[in-house]
Amino acid sequence: METILKVDQINVYYGAIHAIKDISFEVCQGEVVTLIGANGAGKSTTLNTVSGLLRSKTGSVTFLGEPIDKLSPHKIVSRKLAQVPEGRRVFLRMSVEENLEMGAYTMPSSGVAQDLEMVFELFPRLKERRRQVAGTLSGGEQQMLAMGRAMMSHPKLLMLDEPSMGLAPLLVEQIFEIIQNLNQKGVTILLVEQNAQMALSVAHRGYVLETGRIITTGTGEELIKSPEIKKAYLGG
Amino acid sequence: MSIVINQLVNGLQSGSIYALVALGYSMVYGIILLLNFAHGDIIMVGAYAAWMCMVNFQCHPIVSMIIAIVTSMVLGVVIEKVAYTPLRSAPRLSLLITAIGISFLLENGFQLIFGAGAKTVPSMITGSDIVLGGVHLSFPAVVTIVVSLIAMGVLTFLVQKTRLGKAMRAVSEDMGAAQLMGISLNKTISFTFAMGSALAGIASVLYLCSYPQATPTMGSMLGLKAFVAAVLGGIGSIPGAMIGGFLIGIVEALVSAVGLTVWRDGVVFAILIVVLLVKPTGILGKPVQEKV
Repeated sequence: METILKVDQINVYYGAIHAIKDISFEVCQGEVVTLIGANGAGKSTTLNTVSGLLRSKTGSVTFLGEPIDKLSPHKIVSRKLAQVPEGRRVFLRMSVEENLEMGAYTMPSSGVAQDLEMVFELFPRLKERRRQVAGTLSGGEQQMLAMGRAMMSHPKLLMLDEPSMGLAPLLVEQIFEIIQNLNQKGVTILLVEQNAQMALSVAHRGYVLETGRIITTGTGEELIKSPEIKKAYLGG
Repeated sequence: MSIVINQLVNGLQSGSIYALVALGYSMVYGIILLLNFAHGDIIMVGAYAAWMCMVNFQCHPIVSMIIAIVTSMVLGVVIEKVAYTPLRSAPRLSLLITAIGISFLLENGFQLIFGAGAKTVPSMITGSDIVLGGVHLSFPAVVTIVVSLIAMGVLTFLVQKTRLGKAMRAVSEDMGAAQLMGISLNKTISFTFAMGSALAGIASVLYLCSYPQATPTMGSMLGLKAFVAAVLGGIGSIPGAMIGGFLIGIVEALVSAVGLTVWRDGVVFAILIVVLLVKPTGILGKPVQEKV
Protein backbone atom coordinates (compact mmCIF):
# COMPACT_ATOMS: atom_id res chain seq x y z
CA MET A 1 0.00 0.00 0.00
CA GLU A 2 1.09 3.53 -0.74
CA THR A 3 2.17 5.65 2.21
CA ILE A 4 0.35 8.99 2.19
CA LEU A 5 1.54 10.44 5.51
CA LYS A 6 5.01 9.86 6.88
CA VAL A 7 6.04 11.42 10.18
CA ASP A 8 9.74 11.01 10.83
CA GLN A 9 11.52 11.67 14.13
CA ILE A 10 9.59 14.71 15.30
CA ASN A 11 10.31 16.47 18.59
CA VAL A 12 7.89 19.09 19.90
CA TYR A 13 8.38 21.36 22.89
CA TYR A 14 6.05 23.60 24.91
CA GLY A 15 8.63 26.01 26.27
CA ALA A 16 10.90 23.80 28.36
CA ILE A 17 8.56 20.81 28.29
CA HIS A 18 9.56 18.10 25.84
CA ALA A 19 6.10 16.91 24.79
CA ILE A 20 6.87 14.70 21.78
CA LYS A 21 10.01 12.60 21.76
CA ASP A 22 11.28 11.14 18.48
CA ILE A 23 7.89 10.09 17.19
CA SER A 24 7.74 8.38 13.78
CA PHE A 25 4.76 6.73 12.13
CA GLU A 26 3.08 6.21 8.78
CA VAL A 27 -0.42 6.16 7.40
CA CYS A 28 -1.15 4.30 4.17
CA GLN A 29 -3.80 4.97 1.56
CA GLY A 30 -7.20 3.64 2.65
CA GLU A 31 -6.26 2.83 6.24
CA VAL A 32 -7.76 3.76 9.57
CA VAL A 33 -4.79 4.32 11.87
CA THR A 34 -5.23 5.21 15.51
CA LEU A 35 -3.00 6.83 18.08
CA ILE A 36 -4.08 5.80 21.55
CA GLY A 37 -2.77 6.68 24.96
CA ALA A 38 -3.66 8.33 28.23
CA ASN A 39 -4.33 11.99 28.81
CA GLY A 40 -1.14 13.98 28.22
CA ALA A 41 0.59 11.25 26.21
CA GLY A 42 1.05 13.66 23.28
CA LYS A 43 -1.68 12.48 20.90
CA SER A 44 -3.21 15.88 20.17
CA THR A 45 0.21 17.50 20.06
CA THR A 46 1.16 15.03 17.33
CA LEU A 47 -1.92 15.87 15.25
CA ASN A 48 -1.42 19.60 15.73
CA THR A 49 2.15 19.24 14.53
CA VAL A 50 1.04 17.40 11.39
CA SER A 51 -1.56 20.09 10.65
CA GLY A 52 1.01 22.86 11.16
CA LEU A 53 -0.45 24.51 14.27
CA LEU A 54 2.66 23.41 16.17
CA ARG A 55 6.23 23.05 14.90
CA SER A 56 8.69 20.23 15.37
CA LYS A 57 12.30 21.09 16.14
CA THR A 58 13.59 18.08 14.23
CA GLY A 59 12.62 15.54 11.63
CA SER A 60 10.04 15.87 8.92
CA VAL A 61 6.39 15.41 8.00
CA THR A 62 5.72 14.22 4.47
CA PHE A 63 2.24 14.16 2.93
CA LEU A 64 1.61 12.70 -0.53
CA GLY A 65 5.34 12.67 -1.13
CA GLU A 66 5.95 16.33 -0.31
CA PRO A 67 7.34 17.87 2.88
CA ILE A 68 4.71 19.92 4.71
CA ASP A 69 6.45 20.66 7.99
CA LYS A 70 7.41 24.20 6.95
CA LEU A 71 4.00 25.15 5.57
CA SER A 72 1.48 27.28 7.44
CA PRO A 73 -1.70 25.49 8.54
CA HIS A 74 -3.92 27.03 5.85
CA LYS A 75 -1.57 25.82 3.10
CA ILE A 76 -1.58 22.31 4.53
CA VAL A 77 -5.39 22.20 4.39
CA SER A 78 -5.31 23.02 0.71
CA ARG A 79 -3.08 19.96 0.18
CA LYS A 80 -6.17 17.89 1.18
CA LEU A 81 -5.26 17.15 4.77
CA ALA A 82 -8.07 18.08 7.16
CA GLN A 83 -8.25 17.96 10.94
CA VAL A 84 -11.28 17.79 13.19
CA PRO A 85 -9.84 19.37 16.32
CA GLU A 86 -10.30 18.19 19.87
CA GLY A 87 -13.45 19.57 21.46
CA ARG A 88 -15.01 19.96 17.95
CA ARG A 89 -14.31 23.72 17.87
CA VAL A 90 -17.22 24.52 15.58
CA PHE A 91 -17.90 28.24 15.15
CA LEU A 92 -20.64 28.58 17.75
CA ARG A 93 -21.85 32.01 16.65
CA MET A 94 -22.16 31.01 12.98
CA SER A 95 -24.93 28.99 11.39
CA VAL A 96 -24.55 25.31 10.51
CA GLU A 97 -24.41 26.21 6.84
CA GLU A 98 -21.80 28.92 7.40
CA ASN A 99 -19.68 26.45 9.37
CA LEU A 100 -19.79 24.07 6.44
CA GLU A 101 -18.94 26.90 4.02
CA MET A 102 -15.87 27.65 6.14
CA GLY A 103 -14.88 24.01 5.74
CA ALA A 104 -14.93 24.57 1.98
CA TYR A 105 -12.73 27.67 2.24
CA THR A 106 -9.99 26.15 0.12
CA MET A 107 -12.43 24.91 -2.54
CA PRO A 108 -13.77 26.77 -5.59
CA SER A 109 -17.14 28.24 -4.64
CA SER A 110 -18.87 26.64 -7.62
CA GLY A 111 -18.84 23.20 -5.98
CA VAL A 112 -19.97 24.26 -2.52
CA ALA A 113 -23.70 23.71 -3.05
CA GLN A 114 -23.07 20.16 -4.24
CA ASP A 115 -20.72 19.42 -1.35
CA LEU A 116 -23.31 20.74 1.11
CA GLU A 117 -25.71 18.12 -0.22
CA MET A 118 -23.01 15.46 0.15
CA VAL A 119 -22.55 16.38 3.83
CA PHE A 120 -26.31 16.59 4.43
CA GLU A 121 -26.59 13.09 3.03
CA LEU A 122 -23.97 11.87 5.51
CA PHE A 123 -25.55 13.80 8.38
CA PRO A 124 -29.27 14.34 7.69
CA ARG A 125 -29.64 15.99 11.10
CA LEU A 126 -27.50 18.89 9.95
CA LYS A 127 -29.82 19.58 7.04
CA GLU A 128 -32.76 20.11 9.39
CA ARG A 129 -30.65 22.60 11.33
CA ARG A 130 -28.80 24.33 8.52
CA ARG A 131 -30.00 27.83 9.46
CA GLN A 132 -29.51 27.32 13.18
CA VAL A 133 -26.56 28.83 15.03
CA ALA A 134 -24.05 26.06 15.84
CA GLY A 135 -24.03 27.04 19.52
CA THR A 136 -27.58 25.69 19.85
CA LEU A 137 -26.63 22.18 18.67
CA SER A 138 -26.14 19.26 21.06
CA GLY A 139 -22.67 17.78 21.59
CA GLY A 140 -23.29 14.93 19.16
CA GLU A 141 -24.63 17.28 16.51
CA GLN A 142 -21.62 19.54 16.96
CA GLN A 143 -19.33 16.56 16.43
CA MET A 144 -21.21 15.72 13.24
CA LEU A 145 -20.91 19.34 12.14
CA ALA A 146 -17.17 19.33 12.85
CA MET A 147 -16.75 16.16 10.79
CA GLY A 148 -18.99 17.41 8.00
CA ARG A 149 -17.09 20.68 7.96
CA ALA A 150 -13.82 18.83 7.48
CA MET A 151 -15.35 16.71 4.70
CA MET A 152 -16.20 19.88 2.75
CA SER A 153 -12.53 20.19 1.74
CA HIS A 154 -12.52 16.68 0.20
CA PRO A 155 -9.61 15.51 2.35
CA LYS A 156 -7.40 12.64 1.25
CA LEU A 157 -6.49 12.23 4.92
CA LEU A 158 -8.91 13.09 7.71
CA MET A 159 -7.45 13.48 11.18
CA LEU A 160 -9.94 13.15 14.03
CA ASP A 161 -8.99 14.25 17.53
CA GLU A 162 -11.08 12.57 20.25
CA PRO A 163 -14.36 12.43 18.34
CA SER A 164 -16.01 10.48 21.17
CA MET A 165 -15.15 13.00 23.88
CA GLY A 166 -18.09 13.91 26.09
CA LEU A 167 -20.66 11.95 24.08
CA ALA A 168 -23.21 9.41 25.33
CA PRO A 169 -22.34 5.75 24.52
CA LEU A 170 -25.01 5.47 21.84
CA LEU A 171 -23.71 8.56 20.10
CA VAL A 172 -20.15 7.28 20.36
CA GLU A 173 -21.18 4.17 18.46
CA GLN A 174 -22.91 6.28 15.86
CA ILE A 175 -19.81 8.45 15.39
CA PHE A 176 -17.62 5.36 14.97
CA GLU A 177 -20.04 3.95 12.43
CA ILE A 178 -19.72 7.17 10.48
CA ILE A 179 -15.92 6.93 10.66
CA GLN A 180 -16.04 3.42 9.18
CA ASN A 181 -18.53 4.57 6.60
CA LEU A 182 -16.23 7.44 5.53
CA ASN A 183 -13.31 5.04 5.34
CA GLN A 184 -15.29 2.70 3.08
CA LYS A 185 -15.91 5.68 0.82
CA GLY A 186 -12.15 5.96 0.40
CA VAL A 187 -11.12 8.51 3.03
CA THR A 188 -7.94 7.62 4.87
CA ILE A 189 -8.31 8.26 8.60
CA LEU A 190 -5.90 9.08 11.41
CA LEU A 191 -7.81 8.78 14.65
CA VAL A 192 -6.71 9.95 18.09
CA GLU A 193 -8.68 8.45 20.95
CA GLN A 194 -8.71 7.90 24.68
CA ASN A 195 -11.45 5.35 24.14
CA ALA A 196 -8.91 2.71 23.10
CA GLN A 197 -11.43 -0.15 22.88
CA MET A 198 -13.59 1.66 20.31
CA ALA A 199 -10.63 3.04 18.39
CA LEU A 200 -8.86 -0.30 18.05
CA SER A 201 -12.07 -2.02 16.99
CA VAL A 202 -12.31 0.17 13.87
CA ALA A 203 -8.60 0.66 13.19
CA HIS A 204 -6.41 -1.35 10.83
CA ARG A 205 -3.33 -0.39 12.78
CA GLY A 206 -2.57 1.46 15.99
CA TYR A 207 0.27 3.17 17.79
CA VAL A 208 0.34 3.42 21.57
CA LEU A 209 1.75 6.62 23.06
CA GLU A 210 3.03 7.11 26.56
CA THR A 211 4.55 10.37 27.84
CA GLY A 212 5.50 11.57 24.38
CA ARG A 213 6.89 8.33 22.97
CA ILE A 214 5.50 5.51 20.86
CA ILE A 215 5.85 2.45 23.07
CA THR A 216 4.27 -0.16 20.84
CA THR A 217 2.53 -0.64 17.53
CA GLY A 218 0.57 -3.34 15.76
CA THR A 219 -2.66 -4.13 14.00
CA GLY A 220 -5.90 -3.26 15.77
CA GLU A 221 -6.53 -6.88 16.64
CA GLU A 222 -3.01 -7.47 17.95
CA LEU A 223 -3.22 -4.47 20.21
CA ILE A 224 -6.67 -5.37 21.54
CA LYS A 225 -5.36 -8.82 22.46
CA SER A 226 -2.04 -7.65 23.90
CA PRO A 227 -2.08 -8.21 27.68
CA GLU A 228 -0.14 -5.01 28.41
CA ILE A 229 -2.59 -2.88 26.44
CA LYS A 230 -5.51 -4.64 28.06
CA LYS A 231 -4.14 -3.84 31.47
CA ALA A 232 -3.20 -0.25 30.75
CA TYR A 233 -6.03 0.98 28.55
CA LEU A 234 -8.86 -1.48 28.30
CA GLY A 235 -9.58 -2.03 31.98
CA GLY A 236 -8.07 -5.49 32.53
CA MET B 1 -39.65 71.29 19.61
CA SER B 2 -37.39 72.26 16.75
CA ILE B 3 -34.55 72.81 19.25
CA VAL B 4 -34.94 69.26 20.52
CA ILE B 5 -34.90 67.88 16.98
CA ASN B 6 -31.88 69.99 16.12
CA GLN B 7 -29.99 68.71 19.15
CA LEU B 8 -30.98 65.18 18.29
CA VAL B 9 -29.65 65.62 14.76
CA ASN B 10 -26.42 67.07 16.16
CA GLY B 11 -26.16 64.04 18.42
CA LEU B 12 -26.74 61.68 15.53
CA GLN B 13 -24.15 63.53 13.48
CA SER B 14 -21.33 63.23 16.00
CA GLY B 15 -22.69 59.83 17.02
CA SER B 16 -22.35 58.46 13.52
CA ILE B 17 -18.72 59.60 13.43
CA TYR B 18 -18.09 57.91 16.79
CA ALA B 19 -19.82 54.80 15.49
CA LEU B 20 -17.60 54.61 12.39
CA VAL B 21 -14.48 54.92 14.52
CA ALA B 22 -15.81 52.54 17.18
CA LEU B 23 -16.33 49.90 14.48
CA GLY B 24 -12.60 49.89 13.80
CA TYR B 25 -11.81 49.44 17.49
CA SER B 26 -14.34 46.67 17.85
CA MET B 27 -13.37 44.73 14.73
CA VAL B 28 -9.68 44.80 15.56
CA TYR B 29 -10.37 43.82 19.16
CA GLY B 30 -12.64 41.03 17.96
CA ILE B 31 -9.97 39.51 15.80
CA ILE B 32 -6.66 39.93 17.66
CA LEU B 33 -7.79 41.10 21.13
CA LEU B 34 -5.94 44.37 20.73
CA LEU B 35 -7.22 47.75 21.90
CA ASN B 36 -5.69 49.61 18.98
CA PHE B 37 -5.03 52.99 20.55
CA ALA B 38 -3.38 54.17 17.33
CA HIS B 39 -6.79 53.94 15.64
CA GLY B 40 -7.80 57.53 16.51
CA ASP B 41 -4.61 58.86 14.96
CA ILE B 42 -5.51 57.28 11.64
CA ILE B 43 -8.33 59.85 11.51
CA MET B 44 -5.75 62.58 11.98
CA VAL B 45 -3.57 61.26 9.17
CA GLY B 46 -6.65 61.04 6.94
CA ALA B 47 -7.43 64.67 7.73
CA TYR B 48 -3.90 65.79 6.84
CA ALA B 49 -4.11 63.82 3.61
CA ALA B 50 -7.33 65.66 2.73
CA TRP B 51 -5.75 69.00 3.64
CA MET B 52 -2.68 68.35 1.48
CA CYS B 53 -4.80 67.33 -1.48
CA MET B 54 -7.12 70.30 -1.21
CA VAL B 55 -4.53 72.99 -0.42
CA ASN B 56 -1.20 71.84 -1.86
CA PHE B 57 -2.34 69.90 -4.89
CA GLN B 58 -5.66 71.70 -5.51
CA CYS B 59 -7.45 68.41 -6.06
CA HIS B 60 -11.16 68.15 -6.62
CA PRO B 61 -12.96 67.64 -3.25
CA ILE B 62 -14.15 64.18 -4.23
CA VAL B 63 -10.64 63.13 -5.25
CA SER B 64 -9.32 64.54 -1.97
CA MET B 65 -11.88 62.59 0.01
CA ILE B 66 -11.04 59.35 -1.77
CA ILE B 67 -7.31 59.92 -1.24
CA ALA B 68 -7.93 60.61 2.47
CA ILE B 69 -9.88 57.37 2.85
CA VAL B 70 -7.35 55.30 0.89
CA THR B 71 -4.45 56.82 2.86
CA SER B 72 -6.15 55.84 6.13
CA MET B 73 -6.81 52.36 4.88
CA VAL B 74 -3.24 51.80 3.70
CA LEU B 75 -1.83 53.26 6.92
CA GLY B 76 -3.92 50.89 9.04
CA VAL B 77 -2.71 47.86 7.10
CA VAL B 78 0.92 49.03 7.18
CA ILE B 79 0.79 49.60 10.96
CA GLU B 80 -0.57 46.10 11.41
CA LYS B 81 2.14 44.56 9.22
CA VAL B 82 5.04 46.50 10.69
CA ALA B 83 4.10 46.75 14.35
CA TYR B 84 1.53 44.09 15.25
CA THR B 85 2.29 41.05 13.05
CA PRO B 86 5.70 40.42 14.67
CA LEU B 87 3.96 40.39 18.05
CA ARG B 88 1.16 37.99 17.14
CA SER B 89 2.18 35.39 19.70
CA ALA B 90 3.48 37.88 22.27
CA PRO B 91 1.48 38.74 25.42
CA ARG B 92 -1.43 41.09 24.69
CA LEU B 93 0.10 43.73 26.96
CA SER B 94 3.13 44.07 24.65
CA LEU B 95 0.74 44.63 21.78
CA LEU B 96 -1.21 47.28 23.71
CA ILE B 97 1.97 49.15 24.62
CA THR B 98 3.08 49.01 20.99
CA ALA B 99 -0.25 50.51 19.92
CA ILE B 100 0.20 53.39 22.35
CA GLY B 101 3.74 53.84 21.02
CA ILE B 102 2.47 54.05 17.44
CA SER B 103 -0.07 56.63 18.56
CA PHE B 104 2.69 58.82 20.07
CA LEU B 105 4.84 58.31 16.99
CA LEU B 106 2.09 59.52 14.67
CA GLU B 107 1.04 62.49 16.81
CA ASN B 108 4.57 63.72 17.44
CA GLY B 109 5.74 62.85 13.95
CA PHE B 110 3.02 64.97 12.40
CA GLN B 111 3.71 67.78 14.83
CA LEU B 112 7.36 67.68 13.78
CA ILE B 113 6.54 67.75 10.08
CA PHE B 114 3.56 70.09 9.94
CA GLY B 115 3.86 72.03 13.20
CA ALA B 116 1.45 72.14 16.10
CA GLY B 117 -0.85 74.74 14.57
CA ALA B 118 -4.19 73.85 13.04
CA LYS B 119 -4.45 73.52 9.27
CA THR B 120 -7.71 74.76 7.86
CA VAL B 121 -9.21 72.38 5.36
CA PRO B 122 -11.45 74.05 2.75
CA SER B 123 -14.94 72.57 2.92
CA MET B 124 -15.32 69.52 0.75
CA ILE B 125 -19.06 69.07 1.03
CA THR B 126 -21.21 72.13 0.52
CA GLY B 127 -24.93 72.57 0.28
CA SER B 128 -27.75 74.62 1.71
CA ASP B 129 -29.70 73.71 4.81
CA ILE B 130 -32.42 71.19 4.40
CA VAL B 131 -35.81 72.25 5.73
CA LEU B 132 -38.02 69.45 6.92
CA GLY B 133 -41.38 70.41 8.44
CA GLY B 134 -40.11 73.77 9.61
CA VAL B 135 -36.89 72.35 11.08
CA HIS B 136 -33.59 73.48 9.56
CA LEU B 137 -31.07 70.69 9.27
CA SER B 138 -27.50 71.55 8.31
CA PHE B 139 -26.36 69.95 5.07
CA PRO B 140 -23.13 68.44 6.51
CA ALA B 141 -25.13 66.88 9.35
CA VAL B 142 -27.50 65.16 6.96
CA VAL B 143 -24.66 64.00 4.70
CA THR B 144 -22.71 62.67 7.69
CA ILE B 145 -25.63 60.65 9.00
CA VAL B 146 -26.61 59.28 5.58
CA VAL B 147 -23.05 58.38 4.53
CA SER B 148 -22.38 56.68 7.87
CA LEU B 149 -25.52 54.61 7.63
CA ILE B 150 -24.58 53.54 4.10
CA ALA B 151 -21.03 52.65 5.23
CA MET B 152 -22.39 50.60 8.10
CA GLY B 153 -24.81 48.84 5.76
CA VAL B 154 -21.99 47.97 3.36
CA LEU B 155 -19.83 46.75 6.24
CA THR B 156 -22.62 44.57 7.62
CA PHE B 157 -23.10 43.05 4.19
CA LEU B 158 -19.35 42.40 3.79
CA VAL B 159 -19.07 40.77 7.20
CA GLN B 160 -22.26 38.71 6.99
CA LYS B 161 -22.33 37.61 3.37
CA THR B 162 -18.90 37.59 1.75
CA ARG B 163 -16.27 34.87 1.98
CA LEU B 164 -13.67 37.13 3.58
CA GLY B 165 -16.23 38.54 6.00
CA LYS B 166 -17.23 35.08 7.12
CA ALA B 167 -13.56 34.14 7.44
CA MET B 168 -13.13 37.22 9.62
CA ARG B 169 -15.92 36.08 11.93
CA ALA B 170 -14.44 32.59 12.04
CA VAL B 171 -10.97 33.91 12.96
CA SER B 172 -12.41 36.17 15.63
CA GLU B 173 -14.25 33.26 17.19
CA ASP B 174 -11.49 30.64 17.05
CA MET B 175 -8.16 31.43 15.42
CA GLY B 176 -6.85 27.86 15.55
CA ALA B 177 -9.97 26.23 14.13
CA ALA B 178 -10.14 28.91 11.41
CA GLN B 179 -6.60 28.01 10.29
CA LEU B 180 -7.65 24.38 10.10
CA MET B 181 -10.33 25.45 7.60
CA GLY B 182 -7.60 26.77 5.31
CA ILE B 183 -8.18 30.41 6.23
CA SER B 184 -5.04 32.55 6.03
CA LEU B 185 -4.59 34.55 9.24
CA ASN B 186 -2.42 37.20 7.60
CA LYS B 187 -4.91 37.92 4.84
CA THR B 188 -7.92 37.96 7.12
CA ILE B 189 -6.31 40.20 9.72
CA SER B 190 -5.09 42.61 7.00
CA PHE B 191 -8.63 42.70 5.60
CA THR B 192 -9.98 43.56 9.05
CA PHE B 193 -7.50 46.41 9.50
CA ALA B 194 -8.22 47.65 5.99
CA MET B 195 -11.95 47.83 6.63
CA GLY B 196 -11.61 49.37 10.09
CA SER B 197 -9.15 51.98 8.85
CA ALA B 198 -11.22 52.81 5.77
CA LEU B 199 -14.13 53.53 8.11
CA ALA B 200 -11.81 55.78 10.15
CA GLY B 201 -10.91 57.54 6.87
CA ILE B 202 -14.60 58.09 6.10
CA ALA B 203 -15.07 59.38 9.66
CA SER B 204 -12.17 61.75 9.10
CA VAL B 205 -13.70 63.24 5.95
CA LEU B 206 -17.12 63.59 7.61
CA TYR B 207 -15.54 65.21 10.68
CA LEU B 208 -13.84 67.79 8.47
CA CYS B 209 -17.22 68.76 7.00
CA SER B 210 -18.27 70.24 10.32
CA TYR B 211 -14.93 71.01 12.00
CA PRO B 212 -12.66 71.90 9.07
CA GLN B 213 -9.34 71.82 10.93
CA ALA B 214 -6.52 69.30 11.10
CA THR B 215 -4.23 69.20 14.14
CA PRO B 216 -1.73 66.52 15.18
CA THR B 217 -3.77 65.61 18.27
CA MET B 218 -7.27 65.79 16.78
CA GLY B 219 -7.55 62.01 16.72
CA SER B 220 -6.86 61.38 20.36
CA MET B 221 -10.07 62.68 22.00
CA LEU B 222 -12.19 61.47 19.09
CA GLY B 223 -10.52 58.07 19.32
CA LEU B 224 -11.00 57.83 23.08
CA LYS B 225 -14.69 58.67 22.83
CA ALA B 226 -15.13 56.12 20.08
CA PHE B 227 -13.36 53.64 22.33
CA VAL B 228 -15.93 54.40 25.05
CA ALA B 229 -18.65 53.86 22.45
CA ALA B 230 -17.15 50.47 21.51
CA VAL B 231 -17.01 49.40 25.17
CA LEU B 232 -20.56 50.67 25.79
CA GLY B 233 -21.86 48.68 22.83
CA GLY B 234 -19.83 45.61 23.76
CA ILE B 235 -16.30 45.50 22.40
CA GLY B 236 -15.92 42.96 19.61
CA SER B 237 -19.55 43.40 18.52
CA ILE B 238 -20.18 45.19 15.23
CA PRO B 239 -23.83 46.21 15.84
CA GLY B 240 -22.76 47.06 19.41
CA ALA B 241 -20.21 49.57 18.12
CA MET B 242 -22.88 51.25 16.00
CA ILE B 243 -25.36 51.48 18.89
CA GLY B 244 -22.64 52.65 21.29
CA GLY B 245 -21.51 55.37 18.88
CA PHE B 246 -24.97 56.81 18.37
CA LEU B 247 -25.72 56.68 22.11
CA ILE B 248 -22.53 58.56 23.01
CA GLY B 249 -23.28 61.19 20.36
CA ILE B 250 -26.83 61.70 21.60
CA VAL B 251 -25.77 61.85 25.27
CA GLU B 252 -23.19 64.51 24.39
CA ALA B 253 -25.76 66.56 22.51
CA LEU B 254 -28.26 66.33 25.35
CA VAL B 255 -25.66 67.31 27.96
CA SER B 256 -24.83 70.37 25.84
CA ALA B 257 -28.50 71.13 25.29
CA VAL B 258 -29.17 71.48 28.99
CA GLY B 259 -26.28 73.93 29.24
CA LEU B 260 -23.58 71.70 30.67
CA THR B 261 -21.27 71.86 27.64
CA VAL B 262 -18.14 71.93 29.82
CA TRP B 263 -19.19 68.59 31.33
CA ARG B 264 -19.57 66.89 27.96
CA ASP B 265 -16.31 64.93 27.97
CA GLY B 266 -16.64 64.15 31.66
CA VAL B 267 -20.06 62.57 31.14
CA VAL B 268 -18.73 60.36 28.34
CA PHE B 269 -15.92 59.01 30.49
CA ALA B 270 -18.30 58.62 33.44
CA ILE B 271 -20.32 56.34 31.15
CA LEU B 272 -17.17 54.27 30.58
CA ILE B 273 -16.66 53.89 34.33
CA VAL B 274 -20.29 52.96 34.94
CA VAL B 275 -20.29 50.41 32.10
CA LEU B 276 -17.10 48.82 33.37
CA LEU B 277 -18.55 48.60 36.88
CA VAL B 278 -22.06 47.46 36.05
CA LYS B 279 -21.87 45.55 32.75
CA PRO B 280 -18.28 45.18 31.53
CA THR B 281 -19.42 43.22 28.48
CA GLY B 282 -21.42 46.23 27.24
CA ILE B 283 -24.85 46.23 25.64
CA LEU B 284 -24.31 43.47 23.07
CA GLY B 285 -21.02 41.98 24.23
CA LYS B 286 -20.74 38.31 24.99
CA PRO B 287 -19.09 37.12 28.16
CA VAL B 288 -15.64 35.71 27.46
CA GLN B 289 -15.71 31.95 27.74
CA GLU B 290 -12.77 30.30 29.37
CA LYS B 291 -11.52 27.55 27.08
CA VAL B 292 -11.13 24.28 28.96
